[in-house]
Amino acid sequence: MNLEVRVAGVPFKNPVTTASGTFGSGAEYEEFVDLSALGAVTTKGVANVPWEGNPAPRVAETYGGMLNAVGLQNPGIELFCQRDIPHLKEKNASIIVNVCGKTVEDYVEVVERLGDEPVDLLEINVSCPNVKAGGLAFGQNPDALYGITKAVKAKAKQPIVMKLSPNVTDITEMAKAAEAGGSDALSLINTLTGMKIDIHKKLFVLANQTGGLSGPAIKPVAVRMIYQVHKACRLPIIGMGGVMTGEDAVELMMAGATMVSVGTANFHNPRATMDVLQGMKDYMAQYHIEDVNEIIGCI
Amino acid sequence: MSITKERGTILSQKEIGTDIYDMVLSFPKGAGEAKPGQFLAIYSEDRTKLLPRPISICAVDAKAGTLRVVYRIAGDGTRLFSRMKAGDTLEVMGPLGNGFMMKPGKAVIVGGGIGIPPMLELTRQLACEKTVVLGYRDELFLKEEFEQVADVIVATEDGSAGVKGTVIDAMEETGVTGTVLYACGPMPMLRAVAEYAAAHGMEAQVSLEERMACGIGACLGCICRSKENDHHKNVNNKRICKDVPVFDAKEVVFP
Repeated sequence: MNLEVRVAGVPFKNPVTTASGTFGSGAEYEEFVDLSALGAVTTKGVANVPWEGNPAPRVAETYGGMLNAVGLQNPGIELFCQRDIPHLKEKNASIIVNVCGKTVEDYVEVVERLGDEPVDLLEINVSCPNVKAGGLAFGQNPDALYGITKAVKAKAKQPIVMKLSPNVTDITEMAKAAEAGGSDALSLINTLTGMKIDIHKKLFVLANQTGGLSGPAIKPVAVRMIYQVHKACRLPIIGMGGVMTGEDAVELMMAGATMVSVGTANFHNPRATMDVLQGMKDYMAQYHIEDVNEIIGCI
Repeated sequence: MSITKERGTILSQKEIGTDIYDMVLSFPKGAGEAKPGQFLAIYSEDRTKLLPRPISICAVDAKAGTLRVVYRIAGDGTRLFSRMKAGDTLEVMGPLGNGFMMKPGKAVIVGGGIGIPPMLELTRQLACEKTVVLGYRDELFLKEEFEQVADVIVATEDGSAGVKGTVIDAMEETGVTGTVLYACGPMPMLRAVAEYAAAHGMEAQVSLEERMACGIGACLGCICRSKENDHHKNVNNKRICKDVPVFDAKEVVFP
């Protein structure tokens, strides 16, 4: 059974990775998961300097999902390069670094700093709904997305993966803009902007008022958008949105994803990534599929 | 210290106050590791509720392999727990968090509302001279169990038992003081208790709570602001689930 997939020419031993922000830098899950058994670890978004993020409460459970407004708290690229990358390499993990910023220059600074680091892919987060400046501003306007993609691509030594927001009218327009700007792959979907109100206290549940909705509640949206983007452009896709099981992962791959990220499921079950991988293998065995690549976009 | 995640079996459950439940779980690996002030992440069997509920450990019996939790119904998740019976099993992860740092010298142990249960195991394990101050709205629970192991001062908001008012009112009225103060309860109480401790030259350890997702330090959902730069996060935030929930009060930036 072949599980190896390639994204922008980079081989990964299997299609299962982690959704940025749900898996820390990997170390937090080591009691539960052998990091080298993952296709890759996708790390929490990192900026050029440390960010404190939003005040608490930052998370709220919703029906079949959750809202978060962490606001991209991160230790800054310097500490990340000194501590987190060496640790992941020591564990023999493949690494996808999620990069965030407030300005184009911020993103470029991080990407340049990562140039000589043993990183497999750079996932460029232009779709976080929880930060005021930058972030989503780049992800909701095709011209801005084209511009930042071009600027980042010009300085990146590793292939870049623009991470798209579902909070747009037509996601294929955004995918085409990223493709035109030189993105090597795409990842989708980031969270859907939501809100929760405590009707008893008459207060917003999250300090940030709005947050990003994730979890199985959004999976049908992810499947639809992955399918649309797969049909609309030629770039490989890292798919994410509500994957809880191997069957969910297969569904995203059938819609067009080459790799699949497990996110909110890690909070429900810290071993979720391994369960998803096993479920994918079981599916392949059941249908006598020799190569996982046969599933990609097969509908 | 390692974290266990597996099925725990409910050995008993009873309602000990309005919407307050006392559950004993067989969870041998976790019970062997648990310290006062640590908590469990308990998962609902309802698959539409993905996140575990963080519930503090009230008592530990390492020999019997059991952990006891006393919790209040705060929403649908805890309501589902409250309907479970002896023999039922549920998914449990723990023990989580750092727990109290037990120190020598006279202890003042303060619990308010549903912050009272985690103080029971601490009170039992502290071998020093100790006074317990318990603050209730009206209905008393667990009081007799504290009285078996320490002197207890009670405050009730409605004055139906003990001093009328808050734990601070009771502490000021009785002039209770010591070397180390340990506390768990609502944030305004913790802020006031920290000020009381500082004014009386006591070290204070406070146990905080916050809405949580992963329980293991990955999601950064449950932070509180800290005075010092956290070495792990490189910003002035501590993760309540991993770096806390027990915190030197001098380091907390109270909201």
